[in-house]
This record gives sequence, structure tokens and C-alpha cells, in this order.
Amino acid sequence: MDHNEHKETRALSSSRRAYDLILRGLLYFCAAVTCLLLVFVIGYIFVRGLPHITWELLSTSPSYIKDTIGILPNIVNTVYLVVVTLIITLPLGVGAAVYLTEYAQNKKLVAAIEFATETLTGIPSIIFGLVGMLFFCQLLGLQASLLAGSLTLVIVTIPTIIRTTQESLKTVPQSYREAALALGSGKWYMIRTVILPSSIDGIVTGCILAIGRIVGESAALLFTAGMGMSMNNFFGSVDNFVHSSGASLTVALYVYARERAEFDVAFAIAAILMILTLVINLAASLVGRKLKKH
Amino acid sequence: MPTIIEAKNLDLWYGQKQALKKINLEIPERQITALIGPSGCGKSTFLRTIDRMNDLVPGVRVEGQMLYAGEDVYSPSVDVTWLRRKIGMVFQKANPFPMSIYDNIAYGPRIHGTRKKSELDEIVEKSLRGAALWDEVKDRLKKSAMGLSGGQQQRLCIARALAVQPDVLLMDESTSALDPGSTMRIEELMRELKKDYTVVIVTHNMQQAARISDRTAFFLLGEMVEVGPTDKIFSTPEDKRTEDYISGRFG
Amino acid sequence: MKQKVRPMETFMGAMFFACGIIAIAFVLFISLYLIVSGLPAIWEIGIVDFLFGTKWASTAAEPKFGILPFILTSIYGTCGAILIGVPIGFMTSVYLAKIASPKMASIVRPAVDLLAGIPSVVYGLIGMMVLVPAVREAFNLPDGASLFCAIIVLAIMILPSIISVSETALKAVPHEYEEASLALGATQIETIFKVSAPAASSGIAAAVVLGIGRAIGEAMAIMMVAGNVANMPSLFSSVRFLTTAVASEMAYASGLQRQALYSIALVLFVFIMIINVALNTLLKKKED
Repeated sequence: MDHNEHKETRALSSSRRAYDLILRGLLYFCAAVTCLLLVFVIGYIFVRGLPHITWELLSTSPSYIKDTIGILPNIVNTVYLVVVTLIITLPLGVGAAVYLTEYAQNKKLVAAIEFATETLTGIPSIIFGLVGMLFFCQLLGLQASLLAGSLTLVIVTIPTIIRTTQESLKTVPQSYREAALALGSGKWYMIRTVILPSSIDGIVTGCILAIGRIVGESAALLFTAGMGMSMNNFFGSVDNFVHSSGASLTVALYVYARERAEFDVAFAIAAILMILTLVINLAASLVGRKLKKH
Repeated sequence: MPTIIEAKNLDLWYGQKQALKKINLEIPERQITALIGPSGCGKSTFLRTIDRMNDLVPGVRVEGQMLYAGEDVYSPSVDVTWLRRKIGMVFQKANPFPMSIYDNIAYGPRIHGTRKKSELDEIVEKSLRGAALWDEVKDRLKKSAMGLSGGQQQRLCIARALAVQPDVLLMDESTSALDPGSTMRIEELMRELKKDYTVVIVTHNMQQAARISDRTAFFLLGEMVEVGPTDKIFSTPEDKRTEDYISGRFG
Repeated sequence: MKQKVRPMETFMGAMFFACGIIAIAFVLFISLYLIVSGLPAIWEIGIVDFLFGTKWASTAAEPKFGILPFILTSIYGTCGAILIGVPIGFMTSVYLAKIASPKMASIVRPAVDLLAGIPSVVYGLIGMMVLVPAVREAFNLPDGASLFCAIIVLAIMILPSIISVSETALKAVPHEYEEASLALGATQIETIFKVSAPAASSGIAAAVVLGIGRAIGEAMAIMMVAGNVANMPSLFSSVRFLTTAVASEMAYASGLQRQALYSIALVLFVFIMIINVALNTLLKKKED
């Protein structure tokens, strides 16, 4: 009976229209909330931070005598972390990806490596920081140092490098490999001359993402790289290079905000970090787009 | 036989490209009408205009009229959900939802407001019987529909379409992906269905059109070249192009 | 044909193998290190007293090392963040995958990526400077730093991963399902919520699990908004999470206190491993 009644109603029943309207409204509402959040976060940081980014802040070290704050040491420390970490993590990560796509025969081993990679992605930074502190700083005697921080960040960033490189290696056509091998070149020669050059975009994407991770990282550095604010002379001696410690930009933000109540400086650093994030995302998407075209 | 669907001077564009040109076609009630023609001739587009599934394609534009029961389906007073309930559709590839057999059939009635379990049970059984699938699946209604064979899945899709009590059933090359045995079963089913429903099929398979349809319309390059009783179209077509196509000279 | 011996080839093969297993080595190394350094304190304190003790007073004359407050805070905080972040994130992903015009989506999607890339200390800073004072005013509290603030900040921080993972899942739903639903007279919204979303459910579940992992592991942003007092959790009191418990005392801890911090990290690690395995299972299921 009920069914026949429905048969004659033409327009959407009021309950269906309500369902439609409410859910559609919620969809727009939630999307708007996400967008507003973003606009607010970016806007707030820029409004509070940009006016305090001065040349003096960027180009000096903090001075108690003059009672000024400068973040040059933190910028330099961050650059140190990025460079040293990448120098170590890149060959390891690319090597691992090459092993997975070009060498590995054993399916179980591949599954285990992939599981381990995903596990590393999921481990919180604070755990990396703790293990890094225990192992690099204490056991290996590096103490709190940027080198120990970099080594810790190698573990943090290696999954990113492995994954992006692996993805781009997979897109290298099988025929390239066959052609190279048919010419009698050895596997290493083939990898060096054919595989790696054609997956360079993926490796670059991995680098960019890793830089993003390093620049944004804080919990893993707090106890490994130290919180010092003064300038290091890394290249003064080997000892300096190994044992210099200091705060990255993120850690400096934390210290200035939490312990020194220097909020203007904290916001200035936050604005710098936002700009870096923007640039990194933009670069990653540009390279990613180029990658897709191939 | 009274006409249930009628196209009057129907034009359709996908962006700049005209896919249907001044189509005039009457589809009588409770018969099987077959739309034939080579790929890209507009027969599927025409079918999808009847239940307005073409609305989903970005940049589509329609002019002229498509009447269902005397009413233009594109008029603002027609609710598209109502239209699509009255005009069911079965697709080329069987597309059961990744749910149980029961939930697949009950999906439409539930959407349209039937909640009572007893009523739903009744509809499910009736629809599955209507699609000649009941005996094969009655013991596993709660099992996933994805476990059925291709032919069974397609009959499930027919049952699912029947469950919302349509008047018309549109079948877009619904047997082209099936083996001959499953195709036979569905053709038999179509003959049964025409007692209660108007059936419009699009097919590549001319033997199929000849076997089961009452009327056949031949489409070419977006135009409807010729329509008539199937016997006549296949024995003494009036248009040279129809004759060429029927005799296999192109297509 | 004479087989040429190529020492370089053999050497590089071995090198690649070494790189290949490095991820496994790292995971094993971290696990072992945490177990070895985390177990002694649990042993000494007693597992029941450690896990279920409600009082943490590590520097008292008679120290107490009960981490139930941290465990519960981490669980409540994560649940709260999921409760807020998942609906908003899921709805946003539906909007992006199904409703938004391509132009709109091409603006919102990079914006979401940006949200994902913002360092956690930046979220912490905003939370500390905006949210904490606002909560203090709104609820008339002596101090706004609280579980509530942490939940809000975490909810925002997990949004991007939830959005991007569930959007991918929704986009992978075969178009045929949606066509079938529409052809039966369902509206677009009915189709999305009754066909597309259920069909994408394992991917959406993966998004939720990923969000849980992110939320439970976050440290720095929470340090800046949660107050860091080792209270049993309640919404508007100052609380300490598992992560912040490790971070806040590490700088000066020694002896048993320091070892107890390793044990907390071990507990956190166990939680994370459970979540990782769940995530992996879900993603595998999706592939099948």
C-alpha cells in the first residue's frame, strides 16, 4: 500500500529533501571550517610575525650586552642540519629504493622492508629524539650536537626518500632495463647510466619533502642537537664540526616562546617557517607535476 | 500500443560536438525496442537522455523534447529522482554495489522511503524472481554480491532496477560482456519482462536485436536513420544506409 | 661464453643490499634500544604500579612513578581530536572529491597540503597565544592551558592527513557504483553517503588510524598548550601526555627518574606499533 502511495509522489519527499539539505550544508560547512582555519593560521602568523622580521634579526647573533636577539645562528644551524642529513640520507635512501626495485628477489624480504619503512614513518619524532639522544649523544659520545641531530634526522627522513625514489623507479620502463642489459652492461652500470638519471625527478621530490621534514622537525632535535643560541664555527676544526651544538629555527621558536617570553621573535621565526613551508610545497608540487608528465 | 517515450526534434551537444541531430522517435509501451548502429552513432547517448543520465557529463546541452508519459523530462517540474525511478537502467558492465545481495536489491526501495523489514523482504523476493535469480541466490541473500558470476551479477542489476517498480527498463549493451549462455538467459528474461515493462535496449549485436526486439531503430552519425518493426528493418529496410549496415558492409 | 668477473658489480650489489635492509635495521634497533632501556625501570617500579599508578611525583622525597595519568591523557586527547577532526576532515574530503568544482578543488587541495606542512611548533605557538588565553577567558579559568586546548590543536593537526587519505579513497570508488545509484533515483548526496562512502570505508578507516597515530605521537605543539602538570585528565585541567612526559623531564632527569622516562617512551612505542600494524592491515585490505 505504502509503496503505491510513493509511486504517485513526484517531488522528493520532505524527509529526503531534509537529508539532502542537511548533509550538503554540513559538507560546505566543514570545507569552510578547514579553509577558514588555514586562512586564520597563515594570516595570524604573518600579521604577527612579518613586521618583526628585520635585517638585524636575520643577520646577528643574540647579544646580552646590547640586549638584542638575532637568529642567524639558528638559520645556520638549520642549514647545517639540512645539508648534513641529506648527504647521509640520500645515498642510503636511494640505495634502498634501488635494492627494492632492481635487486630484491625475495618477496618476503621486500614486504619486511616495506613494513619497516612504513613503521618508521609512523614513529613519533619524540621517540626518534630519545633514541638519538641515547645512542648518538651518549653511547657514541657525540653529546648534544648538530651532528647527532643530523644522524637522528637521517632515520626520520629515510622513509620519505625510499618511498619517493621507489615510486619514480617503478615508472622507468622495463624496456630501458632490458635494452641496457642486452647491450652487455652490468647491473650497476645500467643503474648508474639508465635507471638513476631517468628517476631524478622522484629523487628530487624526495629531497624536497625531506627538507620540509627537517625544517619543521623539533621534537627529535630538542635533546639531540641542543638548544644553544650562539654562533658556531663549524669549519674551524674537525672538533667544532662534530661537537657544535645549537638550536634549529623550530627549537629556537620553542625556546623563545616558552622560556624567554620573546613572542615577537617567536612569531617572526614562525613566519619564516611558514614561508619556507610554502616554498617547499610549491617546489614539491612543481617537480611532482613534471614527474607526472613523463 | 500507446507511446510511452517520444523524442521530438532532439538535439544534444557535448561541448561543441553535436552527438544527436534532430531525433524523432516514438517508443511504444510494453515492447522491446532495440537501438542499433556502429560505435559512436549516438544510440547510447540517446538512451542516456531518456533517464537524464547525461546530466552527469560536464558541458552537455539538450534542445528539443524528450517526452515520458507526455511530459518533457527536461521540464523544471520533473524531479530527476522520480524520473529515474520510473525509468530503470542496466549498464554495460554489471555494477552491483559492494554489499550483500539483499542490500543491493533493497537499496532503491530504502532510498525511496520503504523502511519496514517485511515489505523489503517481499520486494527483494519479488524482484529477484522477476529477474529469474531467486532460486540461485535465495540461500545466500546476506552474502556479498561480488561473489556472483558475471551473468548473475547482471541479473542482480536487473532485479535491483525492478525493485523500485519502474515502467521502463533501459539496457545499455547489457549482455556485451557476458558469455553466450548468460546472454541467452538474459534475452529470455527480457521477453518475460516486456509483459510488464517497456524495454529499450542498445546493442552491437544485430542477431540479438533481430531475435528479441519488436521494433528496431538504426542510428548513424548522430542521426536516427530509420525505425520500424524489427522484421521489416532486417528484411526490407527503406534506407540504403540501413541495408548496408544490416548486411554487414560497415560497422 | 666466458663469464666476466666484475668485482665492482658484486661490491655494488652488496652495497645496495645493505641500504635495502637499513630500514629494517633502524626499526629493530629502535625497538631493541627502547626495550633494553625501558624495561629496567618498569621492573624496579613494578609493572602494575607503573602502568596503573595514578600518581607521578618523580622528584619527591619518596618518588612515585605511576603513569596512568599520562596514558589516560594520551587516550582522551587522541579520542577528542579524532572526534572533532574526523568528521570535519571526512566531510572536507567528500567536498573535495565529489562536490567541489575542479577550480575550487585546485585551490583548497594545496591549502590542505600547506596545513600538513606547517611545523608543529607553529601550531603550538598559535595555540599558546590565541587558544589558551581564549579558553581562559571563555571558561573563566585561572590558566587556559588544558586538555581541551590540546584536543583542539591536535584536531587541527590531524585534519590534513585525514582529508588527503580519505579523499584518495573516495576518488578510487568506481564510477559505476555511483552511476547505478543515481540511475535508481538516488540524489547525489544519497549516493555519496550510501554508496561511495561505504565503498571507501577501509580507506577512510585507514585515515582515522593514521590520525590516531599522528595525535598520540605529537609532542611539541602539546607541550605548548596542555600545561604539563601530571594530573589525572579532565577537560579543563592542566595535563601531561605520554609524549610530553618524556620531553618535559628529560633535560634534567637522572637515575630511576630518567629510566622511568625511557619506560614511558616504551609504552608510547607499544601504542604506536599497535596502530601501525592496524594501519598496515587496513591498507592491505584495501588493496585486495
